[in-house]
Amino acid sequence: MSDLSPKPLVQVRDLKMHFPIFSGLLRRRSGAVKAVDGVSFDVFEGETLGLVGESGCGKSTCGRAVLRLYDITSGSIAIDGEDIAKSSQSDLRSKRSLMQMVFQDPMASLNPRMTVEAIIREPLDEHTRLSSAEKREKVLELMDAVGLNRAFSGRYPHAFSGGQRQRIGIARALALNPKFIVCDEPIAALDVSIQAQVVNLLEDLQDQFGLTFLFISHDLSMVRHIADRVAVMYLGRIVEIAPADQLYAAPRHPYTRALLSALPEPDPSLENTRERIILKGDVPSPANPPKGCNFCTRCPDVMAICRDQEPPEVDIAPGHRTACHLYSS
Amino acid sequence: MPDPTRPILSVSGLETRFHTRKGSVHAVNGVSFSLAPGELLGVVGESGSGKSVTMMSLLRLLPTPPADIMAGRVDFEGQDLLSLTEDDLRKLRGSKIGFVFQDPMTSLNPVFTVGHQIMEPLREHLKLDKRAAQKRAQELLELVGIPDAERRLRDYPHQFSGGMRQRVMIAIALACDPKVLIADEPTTALDVTIQAQILELMKDLRQRLGMAVIWITHDLGVIAGIADRVLVMYGGQVVEQAPVKDLFRTPKHPYTRALLSTVPRINGGRAHRLEVIAGQPPILKSAPVACSFRDRCPSATALCAGTNPPLTDHGKGHFVACLNAEMADV
Repeated sequence: MSDLSPKPLVQVRDLKMHFPIFSGLLRRRSGAVKAVDGVSFDVFEGETLGLVGESGCGKSTCGRAVLRLYDITSGSIAIDGEDIAKSSQSDLRSKRSLMQMVFQDPMASLNPRMTVEAIIREPLDEHTRLSSAEKREKVLELMDAVGLNRAFSGRYPHAFSGGQRQRIGIARALALNPKFIVCDEPIAALDVSIQAQVVNLLEDLQDQFGLTFLFISHDLSMVRHIADRVAVMYLGRIVEIAPADQLYAAPRHPYTRALLSALPEPDPSLENTRERIILKGDVPSPANPPKGCNFCTRCPDVMAICRDQEPPEVDIAPGHRTACHLYSS
Repeated sequence: MPDPTRPILSVSGLETRFHTRKGSVHAVNGVSFSLAPGELLGVVGESGSGKSVTMMSLLRLLPTPPADIMAGRVDFEGQDLLSLTEDDLRKLRGSKIGFVFQDPMTSLNPVFTVGHQIMEPLREHLKLDKRAAQKRAQELLELVGIPDAERRLRDYPHQFSGGMRQRVMIAIALACDPKVLIADEPTTALDVTIQAQILELMKDLRQRLGMAVIWITHDLGVIAGIADRVLVMYGGQVVEQAPVKDLFRTPKHPYTRALLSTVPRINGGRAHRLEVIAGQPPILKSAPVACSFRDRCPSATALCAGTNPPLTDHGKGHFVACLNAEMADV
């Protein structure tokens, strides 16, 4: 972040995404899975916001909801100053060129019956009026940008390795010169050494095109590397959000502390000196979250108030916000 | 504990090939190692480096054809596992040697209850009656930390979360008190907090039961925390073998060093860029005659294309298969 007063490109306020549960003979609505339950954050222009949490905490749903791939339950989403929370899908279509997504599973998100060229060209067909020669030129430029050999443009996705497939997905997301890209676990399906290649590519592209990323991952060490700020989600809520260095150096929320201490340390001499916080049990079901603080069933520092009242979000340092009763008084 | 100097399992010169229509793939090329009683041996490498195939070959779990174990010996309690009959091998699998598979969803049978699946090895190998098996199954679920074990025995795999299913897999593998447990990426599909729980559980069980464990993973952080000794595999061969502290402090093979440098740190300064290992791991269409890492190796020389470096002793249990290991050390 170079400017003194960065302006938020994306503003999300109190976003809720509940999926209804239908049950019984008449398929009546009997409850809701509260996948995202009141999430607020900003993403500033040119930065990478990391969104981390365990599986099932709602981080992917949150990323998809921000791009309005779902009809959200409530809340507001403003991208580049325009509120898209209630836009119709046809209005959204015209704004898709502004915001794009890179999906988790590169095999499942690429059509196996389309060539690489057709895959990367599809957004251009849909949103631009370029001639076919111009489109082809643009596709080849994109392939260069993500490090794919131009000669492979006629091949099908199955002929590529996992890392290369993810590059195709990234090239497709870049095709319309978007400002904002949601990367939903872009490296989870890849090998360690390939992960590093894709992360380096994303960082290069960010510098080159001035992109803003929402980087969703469960890999905390990779998020530390790529993100400027990090938000930690637990059971549909953001429990802590802070600049990356601050969050990793001095985590405040008990969940963040446990999550960071659970990370294996790739150095055996340090490993034995580290203090581990082992959380008991599993994440509760988002269809039936506990009363009070969502984390109260597993929290090592749980107090009486936690089982009763929802903790408010408080600022404990500039840009460092957490929702925990330990800090609310 | 039995004599700690005598290995409980020793493998020598193991070679496995897959015969396909496009020719054969040499997945394991002369792997030798041994496992001491009570030891935890970590096996690391990228996908396709032959880690899983090696361990599956030990118990002949790979379908033949296409897989074919061409050569080697696997000594376990005075028997060569590779020359046992299928019936004798069945008696070992799940009783003396347990196996935890990578994906707990696909390796549990969805149409049987968890209790049934834990009781299966107990009734098969230990010939327990139904009541005794049920009691033991309940103990096992409690041992791996599943609350309300008695009721959970009647549940089906889909009623368990990922971490819980992996615990069930571990419970099944531990059912008959195996001497050796082979765990193939047992925590890769799990979240970090659940992974930490499983790692604690493994440490605890190893102390209590004194079993030897082979732990396959590509996560070096996990290895640093639990292993006694580490094998690094590449191209179907062991390229480096060392006690865990030595391996992390003074990695000698360029591949090990590259692997270690690709891992982003969780403390200390943030690197400007992540290190990468350029290129792809090789698919070996024939037996290696040259170092299989040479195309991606920063310190490769002309010599590397000429010979396949043998695993040589560098002292203190540190073995490296690299012609330039000494040079690169300086």
